[in-house]
Amino acid sequence: MADAENKNEMNGRRRFLVAATSVAGGVACIAWATPFVMSMMPSERAKAAGAPVEVDIAKLETGMLLAVEWRGKVVWILKRTPEMLATLIKIEPLLADPKSAEDMQPKYAQNPTRSIKPEILVTLGVCTHLGCSPVFRKEIAPADLGSDWLGGFFCPCHGSKFDLAGRVYKNLPAPTNLMIPPHVYLSESLLLIGADSKEAA
Amino acid sequence: MGKRATNLMGWIDARLPVTAKWKLHLSEYYAPKNFNFWYYFGSLAMLVLVNQLITGIFLTMNYKPDALQAFASVEYIMRDVEFGWLIRYMHSTGASMFFVVVYLHMFRGMMYGSYRKPRELLWLIGMMIFFLLMMLAFTGYILPWGQMSFWGAQVILSMVGAIPVIGEPLKDLIMGDYMLSDAALNRFFAYHVVTLPILLITLVVVHVLALHEVGSNNPDGIEIKKNKDPKTGIPVDGIPFHPYYSVKDIVGVIGFLIVFFGIIFFAPEMGGYFLEYNNFIPADSLKTPDHIAPVWYFTPYYSMLRAATVDFLGISAKLWGIILMGGSVAIFCLLPWLDRSPVKSIRYKGPYFKFALTLFVISVFVLGWLGTKTPTPLFTTLAQIFTVVYFAFFLLMPWYSKIDKTKPEPTRVSG
Repeated sequence: MADAENKNEMNGRRRFLVAATSVAGGVACIAWATPFVMSMMPSERAKAAGAPVEVDIAKLETGMLLAVEWRGKVVWILKRTPEMLATLIKIEPLLADPKSAEDMQPKYAQNPTRSIKPEILVTLGVCTHLGCSPVFRKEIAPADLGSDWLGGFFCPCHGSKFDLAGRVYKNLPAPTNLMIPPHVYLSESLLLIGADSKEAA
Repeated sequence: MGKRATNLMGWIDARLPVTAKWKLHLSEYYAPKNFNFWYYFGSLAMLVLVNQLITGIFLTMNYKPDALQAFASVEYIMRDVEFGWLIRYMHSTGASMFFVVVYLHMFRGMMYGSYRKPRELLWLIGMMIFFLLMMLAFTGYILPWGQMSFWGAQVILSMVGAIPVIGEPLKDLIMGDYMLSDAALNRFFAYHVVTLPILLITLVVVHVLALHEVGSNNPDGIEIKKNKDPKTGIPVDGIPFHPYYSVKDIVGVIGFLIVFFGIIFFAPEMGGYFLEYNNFIPADSLKTPDHIAPVWYFTPYYSMLRAATVDFLGISAKLWGIILMGGSVAIFCLLPWLDRSPVKSIRYKGPYFKFALTLFVISVFVLGWLGTKTPTPLFTTLAQIFTVVYFAFFLLMPWYSKIDKTKPEPTRVSG
């Protein structure tokens, strides 16, 4: 019989059938894997948990830092003193992106103080390197941070440093300035974090 | 064996080749007769694996993979479950000891050229086991949901996010949420107790099968299969694994267990190196501990991660750190092809290799020590220097191993 003789040969028909079966099998594998992979994506409940938060900053004293939670991340609100604001210009030669050219803030915070109101800094307290939360170090020139330290945020994980506007120092692991979240003032002392406009509140 | 037992074995062997496999892998597996101290660590790794499996199963009986209950359930195991403290310390100490024996096992391979032809695949399978072990250690460390669990995971997962283009969606896929939360803890528990152990056991079996196919290397780095008794076909320098090495390994096991339980009973935290003090504080997503460092077995790689501080070749310092960290582990896979020496064992290799290996070991220890410290400019510079030394050991090997002045290998193993 001709078929028996050609048993191990790849003729056109057999090659086509093997290829077609492989493709069909591949499609079936992808179809089978889809629900399993999708089940690992953030659930509907997780998606729903990202609402903006309101913060009352009336009691925040000058020079003090308030930490609030938004989408599971820490957001810092720092009321800077005039002395602190004065350091922002002095420190510029040490910074990687002093003009905030990188897109790490909303347009309304792309200014020398990286804020809407000059004295109030609103920033994510999450290091742009690998997600640790830096430590607020407001003392001037402590022993461990060197004589040119004018106050700012120091990340204990990998040693990145940020100034009092959340701008990153040069030649350290963190690639960009701290992220300024979208925020808006609902009134003089009521801040909404997570939205650009009052309508979201 | 009595007649009845012989008949029973015959009955089984006709249906399942128990006797044949016993002979193939144990009583007639011929291993070189000159194994030394360094050959304990393969069987000890197996012992620790069994310890981790058994203690792990018992820990799951009381542990709760829930962000609200995990920390308290571990404390419950430690305080209220009968002998829970012992089972947990056996598991946590076992994790560190796993890395101790595996590092020594790998160092043995580096000294005696066990990765060289024909054992390249054996080495690669071993490296896959090592990667799995790191994933097991990482997922396991998250489970108590303490501060170090949380922030250690945060750092590692941020690394995934730094991969260009696919990083962020991949990170969401891994975490199952937009932040590190209960979803991640729950699934890492599934990986730690089901997926990864199954893969690990499978690979260990494959590793042993590959070893028994090519045969064991030895401190002289010569092939005992090249010199077989013409009548029996058995290597003249080989002795059966059982009983000779099974008995030798029991001596190793006793020595190991003395150390192991010494640690468990007298220093289970090992001064913060095996169990970090910050992990006795429940996870707080709003506050990173002032000093964070990974467990000791990851500190050399961690040092290299943060040694990268300048953008270079259009790649950010952050991505370089991740490339260096991943590369420092992955580069071991290339060893079989980097070593161009005409001899395998350090006994016959020349001064260049010995010098390079010494520098490599020093760099691993220095990087490991730096990884436990808070970064300062001096420490960062040191980490950068030793990162270069670490990689130079591998990348310059084709050159220095080739021009090195070697001694001739013997034809028979020397004690």
